Amino acid sequence: MQPADLSAIDIVTAIRQGDLTALQCTEAFLNRIEQLNGSINAFLNIDRDGAMATATAIDARRRAGQPLGPLAGLPVAVKDALCTADLPTTCASKMLALFQPPYDAHVVSRLRQADAVIVGKTNMDEFAMGGSNENSAFGPVHNPWDLSRAPGGSSGGSAACVAADMAPVAIGSDTGGSIRQPAGLCGITGLKPTYGRVSRRGLIAFASSLDQVGPMARSAADCALLLETIAGHDPGDSTSLAVDVPRYTELLEQPLTGVRIGRVPEHFAAGLDPEVAKGVEEAFAVFKAAGATVHDIQMPHAKYGVPTYYLVAPCEASSNLARYDGVHYGHRCAEQSQRTGTKTSGSELPLVEMYCRSRGEGFGPEVKRRIMLGTYALSSGYYDAYYAKALKVRRLIRQDYLDAFQKVDLIGGPVSATAAFTLGEKTGDPLAMYLVDLYTVCTNLAGVGGISFPCGFTKSGLPIGFQLQSPALAEPLLLRASDRFQRLTDWHRRRPSLPASATSLPVARAPH
Amino acid sequence: MPQFISAAQSPFTTIVGLEVHVQLQTQTKLFCSCSTRFGAAPNTQVCPVCIGLPGSLPVMNRQAFLLAVKAALALDCTIAPFTKWDRKNYFYPDLPKGYQISQFDLPFSSNGTLEVVDPKGAFAPRRVGIVRVHLEEDAGKSLHDETAGTGDTRIDLNRAGTPLCEIVTQPDLRSPQEARAWLNELKLLLEYLSVSDCNMQEGSLRVDANVNLHIPQPDGRMAKTPIVEIKNMNSFRSVERALIYETKRQWGEWQETHAEMGKTPKQTRGWDDPAGVTRAQRHKEESSDYRYFPEPDLVPVTVSFEQLADLRASMGEPPVALRKSLEKRLSISAYDADVLVNQGRAFVDYFEELASILGVGKLASNWMQQDVMRTLKERGDTITSFPIRPAGLANLISRVTAGDFDTSRAREIFAEMLVGGRSAADVIATLGIAFVGDDELISVCREIIAANPKIVADIQGGKEQAAAGFIGHAKKKNPNINPSKVRAMCIELIRAIQ
Repeated sequence: MQPADLSAIDIVTAIRQGDLTALQCTEAFLNRIEQLNGSINAFLNIDRDGAMATATAIDARRRAGQPLGPLAGLPVAVKDALCTADLPTTCASKMLALFQPPYDAHVVSRLRQADAVIVGKTNMDEFAMGGSNENSAFGPVHNPWDLSRAPGGSSGGSAACVAADMAPVAIGSDTGGSIRQPAGLCGITGLKPTYGRVSRRGLIAFASSLDQVGPMARSAADCALLLETIAGHDPGDSTSLAVDVPRYTELLEQPLTGVRIGRVPEHFAAGLDPEVAKGVEEAFAVFKAAGATVHDIQMPHAKYGVPTYYLVAPCEASSNLARYDGVHYGHRCAEQSQRTGTKTSGSELPLVEMYCRSRGEGFGPEVKRRIMLGTYALSSGYYDAYYAKALKVRRLIRQDYLDAFQKVDLIGGPVSATAAFTLGEKTGDPLAMYLVDLYTVCTNLAGVGGISFPCGFTKSGLPIGFQLQSPALAEPLLLRASDRFQRLTDWHRRRPSLPASATSLPVARAPH
Repeated sequence: MPQFISAAQSPFTTIVGLEVHVQLQTQTKLFCSCSTRFGAAPNTQVCPVCIGLPGSLPVMNRQAFLLAVKAALALDCTIAPFTKWDRKNYFYPDLPKGYQISQFDLPFSSNGTLEVVDPKGAFAPRRVGIVRVHLEEDAGKSLHDETAGTGDTRIDLNRAGTPLCEIVTQPDLRSPQEARAWLNELKLLLEYLSVSDCNMQEGSLRVDANVNLHIPQPDGRMAKTPIVEIKNMNSFRSVERALIYETKRQWGEWQETHAEMGKTPKQTRGWDDPAGVTRAQRHKEESSDYRYFPEPDLVPVTVSFEQLADLRASMGEPPVALRKSLEKRLSISAYDADVLVNQGRAFVDYFEELASILGVGKLASNWMQQDVMRTLKERGDTITSFPIRPAGLANLISRVTAGDFDTSRAREIFAEMLVGGRSAADVIATLGIAFVGDDELISVCREIIAANPKIVADIQGGKEQAAAGFIGHAKKKNPNINPSKVRAMCIELIRAIQ
């Protein structure tokens, strides 16, 4: 079988049952990565040796009858924003091009404890700032459905690698849509959990009050499997929620009868591509057929989502990225003869010059733009007009959700206004690029959960994404509704037309 | 005392407010579990959190928070039921995250007071308002390598993340002397609470002072000189000296320029201790915009009434109450109580134990202030490692009271007891000191009277002080003999002869 033919759940079942070894599986995916990465650029770092060693050890433990973790042998790709003690972590920035963290992110530790096999680190927009993956210092990711198009961002590498079957599942992070939007544009399923559901420890911060780590996979059921492992309280993250983790994979069966799904009429206003609108409306019809009811609801402050987000996120980013100053780690400018050679102790000029040049060289243009936006908005005299006001609007947006969830159980709609756009199409217009987050940023501002999955394809063969949002900690419902949709449709099973995998998996049939 | 300090004669009033940073005495840092021990090799007490590695997150040390609350309670502050953290953003090489986690608009406590009283009445009791007490993390240390001549700076991040309490006073102090006395009182209070060791040499306590002059004008208006913030003062004595200098300087400047507050920006001046002057620092730092905003990596902190009650219960008597209580319970003077309390909690505990065994406060107080304090000073020691424990000292003192030997003999024994913490009885035995009974005393006195007719004649002639001449002779016959008893007995016997 091709790696694409097995779900993550199939893989862990086959390995547990002895139908497949972790090594065979890992090698097949590594071969697939090496086959395609030249054209897709989804991975910044491929850890063949480490992954093979981990897989070999898992197989040995299985043969010895030792207990194995719930993800034993499952290859996982990890966004390069999460720290790994055995692999460099660059955040796709020149600033951290040579940075080797001394520790694993909490999510990475959880994956290792569950015996997952980390195959490599995925490409992204620099410091997760962007919606197209074109802001990577190491070149853009190409959308597997059309290599001339963007995969979305910022978790574009994670989305593309799953879409191209280079990994069955991946870890992404979502600050304003960075899991859901690329999942939508790449035709996969991506979940942004409730803020605090997954620890942020070891996730290189972009905007701390918005960042959330989540699973990306080919189906909601596979996302459920991954979320079971990565979710949960971490005393090392003060914003992590001390709430038990449900068995998401076991909560998918209940039908959707009586589930109320909200539909926001403003989502279908001008700007939404008609093909996307059609796909999204058809998805609502599928949910109705599954027993759910659809209700038009109001989100009066949603229209302020993008401006609010583009104050809150850059403000936090301007502070979070201050540590990259060339002093302790990361990029430092070359020593030049600009130093006068005279005694400079006590003079500030060389220090400030070192800061300016190191940061000037290390950060890309979008990161600089957001640092400047945030620095400006937090400055004395502007704080009240920008940052403080944004916080007020954020509270209103959060209230919109609370009000809406009095009336409905979930909110459905488009994940982005268009299908995947062409590489280079929006790079000259930062504001157009910011609007790709139109439908996703409010979820993060409110701290609730959101998922996106494919609900159709354009005539030109590009995936159309559907987004569902839920109240805080309602991931079981979010996953159940998405899974139900995927039982009734096969959009998520469609694969891009890429060369077949060179290595097939020696499994006769899917375990179920 | 400089003449201008006296308010009655001075043409101006000195206005002083203080900002004190105190390192809390915790085992671990404020937001990670690294040790706060002073003096370790550079960068050995660090972790991803306190060196600000990407992805690291702070977790509040609840013990540090409660310790800070304890300090604020002792300063009579109102404790906020809800407090949050803010980021203070600025670039500096010893600030690894590029921001300091501090508290901006919602400090955990505000609106307190601490009074300072001079027992000798050098100034009237002064109640100083506390604007706020807040908690923040310390930065690392920049070590400027001047010797190499290269201008290299080395960074030690051991201190980065150490919990710091910032205490800001109202501008309620009215002289350099008051400022110094108030700081002593604050230090004493924090030491009593075990909140901080307040060691200025190790940087556990740092003071900045804001000072200006209020000058009454002939038209009834009050002229105010521009406020100056003084930094780099390494001892309370430096604070006093710097304030004296700055008061003089501002008075001189006023007479020359008549520059008033508000017309020139607030100035920062650094104290140059060896030169004894303050020097203007660059204005640049004044204009920094710290872009404070709520720290999104931490959650707000609450403290319950029960926790506050527990903290209050654990505090014990603060110095101000303890002075009054010692004065009352042990019948000692206010001055004595002040001296004893100012030596610190452990010293007072020792004193109280001694006084309770002896049953006499004054006698215990005298021994503590003279022999014990002098010895501690000579040895550079603290009471906790003092080799003589209260019971042993009480035993010695009570034998003096009983007349077994005199005070000078007791001091010899005291000195021997200090060596290896021996008991009085043990020392007495080694030195061959034995109690001299009345029969022995009379017999010795009769012998020396018979052998020294000249002294006898002098005494008979009315010169009683000549009896001192007997003491040396008596000591030769029996070294344990009590000199004052010899003196009294000889006089008595000579009078009996007459």
